[in-house]
Amino acid sequence: MSHANPVVRTAAIVAALCAPLAFGQGGTVDEIAKYRAALQDGNPAELWEARGEGLWKQPRGPKSATLEKCDLGRGPGVVKGAYAELPRYFADAGRVMDLETRLVWCMVTLQGYSEADATKGPFGGPDHKSDMEALVAYIASESRGVPMNVSLANPKEQEAYRLGEKMFYFRGGTHDFACATCHSDEGKRIRLQDLPNLASVEGARKAYTTWPAYRVSQGELRSFQWRLNDCFRQQRFPELVFTSDASIALTMFLARNANGAPFAAPAIKR
Amino acid sequence: MRNRTLLIAALAALATAGVVTGCATAPSDAETSAKAAAMLKASFKPRGQAGFDRLDQDETQKLCSEYAGKSVPKDVAARIEKSNLETVKWPADGKLLGDWKAGEKIAQEGRGMQYSDDPKLPAGANCYACHQLSPNELSYGTIGPSLYQFGKSRGYTDDVRKYAYGKVYDAEGYNACTNMPRFGTKGILTEQQIKDIVALLMDPESPVNK
Repeated sequence: MSHANPVVRTAAIVAALCAPLAFGQGGTVDEIAKYRAALQDGNPAELWEARGEGLWKQPRGPKSATLEKCDLGRGPGVVKGAYAELPRYFADAGRVMDLETRLVWCMVTLQGYSEADATKGPFGGPDHKSDMEALVAYIASESRGVPMNVSLANPKEQEAYRLGEKMFYFRGGTHDFACATCHSDEGKRIRLQDLPNLASVEGARKAYTTWPAYRVSQGELRSFQWRLNDCFRQQRFPELVFTSDASIALTMFLARNANGAPFAAPAIKR
Repeated sequence: MRNRTLLIAALAALATAGVVTGCATAPSDAETSAKAAAMLKASFKPRGQAGFDRLDQDETQKLCSEYAGKSVPKDVAARIEKSNLETVKWPADGKLLGDWKAGEKIAQEGRGMQYSDDPKLPAGANCYACHQLSPNELSYGTIGPSLYQFGKSRGYTDDVRKYAYGKVYDAEGYNACTNMPRFGTKGILTEQQIKDIVALLMDPESPVNK
């Protein structure tokens, strides 16, 4: 929470967005770059971060417990730097987990929620805010500036990485799309939107370290689980199940490829 | 020794089941592929028009996934192109050109086949997502080559018209493991819609050729 008044900043951003963009053949991409730079000035993600911090510390669930004893990998209650080391293998669960999967685990084991209740409403919409996305925003914000450091020391972590790589290149659906269709070349765009080359270290670093992000076009903070879910929708696949093994594996593949880069989210995107 | 025999037997079974294609892949990679296939089914749920069948790869998808972004060997590429070209259904009336104005609308439309789309509405081709076409549209992608002046630069001939129709119908028939969807073979577009797109590319009056 580096800015004193997020509400005022949000209003300023909305005003800036409503200003018309000057489009011209040569200048279109430049104008969009300027627009993106202007966005960085203030980020409504702060509202989600603050709400998430509250949720983390608030006694909730059938056991009326907080999440402050939740072990995100660096010991019970340690939030600082945790996101930059996820996904990772958790011995108590016997499997590799990303942040959301681990939060579900803690909500079940510490707070007494059922699995079904803990995974309900993972993504916010016009009529409801997602507690999960708020928690993700808070925990991710506590890794800002921390270099990505995802381990492949455990064989299960190695397996998740290999499975994630397979997923990345898996072509299917009516359109033959894989992640790689749009994300394995340099300097490509879909319409006017730049596409990161996630098969390159540089591209994975730039993209992965800027999620979660506040999406201006949706007025929502979006988690990496959401990012993957919506990519597969556009790939014409069935719906990716929240915290499914495939989602964790793909996250592992991309997070590990981003190793070494300072984490820079929650970010703000168009 | 006994374990090893079992492992080999298991891998052979997987290969026959079509989970793994080709015997050239290393066992570890084959195992990963088999695990990935199993993981996939448990990680997605059918929604709207997008059922589990979308995860069942055909031969082309399987082969192109296997080479994971690396270039496909020549013989495999030739096999993919031959089998896909055979699926192209040429119009019975012999006419390849529809209405370029209708084609422009189809080229602009991004909806279709997503679980969030209305299955009763015709699907778009979303050509502009990846290609430059009409110079009037500045919001175009660069995943595919620019198609501005497609007909004008290649000539308004029967051969080029036929190429355009076949390429939109099944791009894998011309360029194995291309990023471009197979709009006809996969039932994304109707014959009339493909003709309209061919007109957008090949009609001298189309803005693409201005």
